[in-house]
Amino acid sequence: MGRYVIRRLLQMIPVFFGTTLLIFLMVNVMGDPVAGLCGDRQCDPATAAQLRKEFGLDKPVWQQYLTYMGNVFTGDFGTAFNGQEVTELMADAFPVTIRLTLVAIFFEIVIGITLGVVTGLRRGRPVDTGVLVLTLVVIAVPTFVTGLLVQLLLGIKWGWIDPSVSSSAPLDELIVPGLVLASVSLAYVTRLTRTSIAENLRADYVRTAKAKGLPRGRVIRRHLLRNSLIPVVTFIGTDIGALMGGAIVTERIFNIHGVGYQLYQGILRQNTQTVVGFVTVLVIVFLLANLLVDLLYAVLDPRIRYA
Amino acid sequence: MPEQQPPYEDSAIAPTGAGGATDLAMSEGETLEKPLGDSPSEGGPAAKPRSLWSDAWRDLRRNPVFIVSSLVILFLVVISLWPSLIASGNPLSCDLAKAQQGSQPGHPFGFNGQGCDVYTRVVYGARTSVTVGVCATLGVGILGSLFGSLAGFFGGLPDSLLSRLTDIFFGIPVVLGGLVLLSVVDSTTVWPVVGFMVLLGWPQISRIARGSVITAKQNDYVQAARALGASNTRMLLRHIAPNAIAPVIVVATIALGTYISLEATLSYLGAGLKPPTVSWGIDISSASPYIRNAPHMMLWPAGALAVTVLAFIMLGDAVRDALDPKLR
Repeated sequence: MGRYVIRRLLQMIPVFFGTTLLIFLMVNVMGDPVAGLCGDRQCDPATAAQLRKEFGLDKPVWQQYLTYMGNVFTGDFGTAFNGQEVTELMADAFPVTIRLTLVAIFFEIVIGITLGVVTGLRRGRPVDTGVLVLTLVVIAVPTFVTGLLVQLLLGIKWGWIDPSVSSSAPLDELIVPGLVLASVSLAYVTRLTRTSIAENLRADYVRTAKAKGLPRGRVIRRHLLRNSLIPVVTFIGTDIGALMGGAIVTERIFNIHGVGYQLYQGILRQNTQTVVGFVTVLVIVFLLANLLVDLLYAVLDPRIRYA
Repeated sequence: MPEQQPPYEDSAIAPTGAGGATDLAMSEGETLEKPLGDSPSEGGPAAKPRSLWSDAWRDLRRNPVFIVSSLVILFLVVISLWPSLIASGNPLSCDLAKAQQGSQPGHPFGFNGQGCDVYTRVVYGARTSVTVGVCATLGVGILGSLFGSLAGFFGGLPDSLLSRLTDIFFGIPVVLGGLVLLSVVDSTTVWPVVGFMVLLGWPQISRIARGSVITAKQNDYVQAARALGASNTRMLLRHIAPNAIAPVIVVATIALGTYISLEATLSYLGAGLKPPTVSWGIDISSASPYIRNAPHMMLWPAGALAVTVLAFIMLGDAVRDALDPKLR
């Protein structure tokens, strides 16, 4: 196990550098960051050159990348062009987004797996068909439409929730946005659990467990569920990164000041330091989540042993 | 997309490393199955053996989900080719005096914030969505299956390199990448958006293609072809590709719906298409501030978008059911 972890960590290194380099290049394509500094007017050429020198933008891209990465490893994510430390922005934004993501994952696990188990055990019945159609609809409606509709109905028409979340973003205000963020993945989790349960229901070990005379609940929980959850865990694990990145839409709709909001602002203002910094952290989260998923395989399925 | 692939290249559960015993078992299983597969079907002519494709087609024709979704898609394709068939107006001719007005005779969906006819714009928006979806899927499919099958077929160093490359592209959140890359491009055509989707989408297909090429490569008929001296190109094109393409088609069909949805999302965020292009995403985005007073401006394009994506996802679902009998 230890050797496997080390090997995976080593494999992550080129992926990490590749992804961050890609992002770095993309942001560089994004346009001249200095142009965004002078507001709507054209920058004075001398000022622009001075600023360029100050931020190291006069050097070639690969050199900028190396300098930046060197700084990142000492915990210095640079300074946003408004003078605020990027790490400071992160300290404000990440707790909010992490809370939102946790709410979303909670819904994915609780609602998604419950619905999946219920439908998987009753394949072909009306409940199953109903839930399946519902998941299809949820997958088909893009998240921003779901979000706007939920905001319109719950926030404006019926007044159950505040249409926009306050800047401190307490947990109770994040329930509805979290549900919106989770909606598509929730539908996938339901379908995945359903397929997996239905497939394993015919497995020999389930029949054996039933034949031993175990109560139905115990067969489902201890034997069926544990084996059926392996693909679901994989999905939820890989989804963590997608949720944090996808939060940009949900955060825009409900006006949540999290990672997505900061990134959006960074992109609008062509604030390269903010964008690259946040995306770098997101990439690390994504890679670690994937590693965690692979390790969880071994915990859930004793047949898998990593040498 | 659910990723069910265990980490083959790293672990002890790799199917390739299992040794002679499983190979033997597999080939025995196949010789046993062969006579069964060749037995004439009840109704059809006995001379023609049933292939996976004819089997799948028989299933599809009977599947109501497939019929409904393909009718919807056919309709969408027709109106994206000839929108004037059902909408006589011009989507860009607007009358500010009518801004935000509701349904009227001759204008069933009402008017949007600029006073343009919502119905006409919804009809003309289909072209954008269908073009983006189809072109992005074609690009992703071609690029992804090319890279994936090369990686799966040759293995070794090319495989490791391509797998790491897919990992790199997978590490970038799609919406975020789109926002960064497309925010500078003033795209009044769909091509930058399509290009971006191909750039970030190919790894998904590449992984699927790689997996199914690895499976197909181990089949006896491929080994036989190799023993008979077939070239790599011939083995890939004649023997492996026809047997490995089914999963790619399934994933690509479902992905088509998600590309349409992604285009709308990016346009909503202001990074996809820009006006005066007619796109559902743009219309939804420009209507969202007025959602309180004039929800119809948003609901019609949003509904059209949802129905379109739903149709493609349902088609993909039906195709998967037909091509992957294990799930039935």
